[in-house]
Amino acid sequence: MNVETLLSVLVGGVALAAAIAMVVTRNMVHSALFMVVVFLATAVLYLVYQAPLIAMLQITVYAGGIMVLFLFVIMLIGAEKMAHTENLRWQRPLAFGLTGTLLVETIYVAAAQLKLPDPVAVSPDFGGPKAVGLVLFSQYLLPFELTSILLLVAMMGAVVLTIRREKTR
Amino acid sequence: MIPLAYPIALSALLFTIGIVGVMIRRNAIMMFMCVELMLNAANIAFIAFARSLGQMDGQVFVFFVITVAAAEVAVGLSLIVAIFRTRGSIEVDDLHDLRR
Repeated sequence: MNVETLLSVLVGGVALAAAIAMVVTRNMVHSALFMVVVFLATAVLYLVYQAPLIAMLQITVYAGGIMVLFLFVIMLIGAEKMAHTENLRWQRPLAFGLTGTLLVETIYVAAAQLKLPDPVAVSPDFGGPKAVGLVLFSQYLLPFELTSILLLVAMMGAVVLTIRREKTR
Repeated sequence: MIPLAYPIALSALLFTIGIVGVMIRRNAIMMFMCVELMLNAANIAFIAFARSLGQMDGQVFVFFVITVAAAEVAVGLSLIVAIFRTRGSIEVDDLHDLRR
C-alpha cells in the first residue's frame, strides 16, 4: 500500500467520522463546523486525485462561502438556542433500516456488475487551471454561460425572498 | 495509483450518511446540510472517475455542481429565513399547513 492510498484512506476516514458527527450532534453550530471538516477533507482528497483547481474551488466556495452562509443564517435565526424536538418513535429505526438496505443493495450491485476501468497515466498538469479552462471554455461554454444566468437569478431570488418593505405612511 | 474502489466506497458511504441525516433530523437547516453532504459525495465519485479515465469532463462537472450548490444554498437559506419570519419555527413537523 503506497503513500497515496494510505493518505486517501486516512482522509476518507476523517471525512466519514466528521459526517457521522455532523448528523448525530444536537448543536447546530457544531454540525456546521463538522461540515467544514468534511469539506476540507474532501478538498485534500481532490488534491490526492490530481484535481488541484477543484480542490481550491471547494475550499473557497464550499467551506469558505456556503458554510459561512449557513452559519450566518443559524445565528440570524438563533438556531443554536432552539430546543431539540423529539421525532416520531418509528422514524429513526425505519430510517436506519431503509438506509442499511440501500447500502447493502449498492454494495451487492457494485460487487457483482461494476467493471472499474484501470487507471491511465496522466500528464503532470492534469487538473490544473489550464487544463480545466481548456475544456470549460470550449466544450462546456454553454453550461458555463447558463450557470452565470443561474447565479444571477439566485441572487435576485435571495433578495426578493428576504427583503422587508418599508411601510409608507 | 489508488484503486478506484476506495473513493467509490467512500462516496457511497457519505451519500448514505447524508440520506440518514435527511431522514432523522427534523430541522430544516440540518436537512439542508445533509443534502449538501450528498452533493459532496457525488463530487468525490466524479473526481475519482475523472482521474481514473484521464478525462477532464468529470472535473468540469464538479465545477458546475459546486456552482449550482452555491446558488441553491442562497435561495434555500433565504426561503428558510422567510419561513422563520412568518411561522416562527423551522422544524418541518410544524410546517404542515398551507395557511397559518
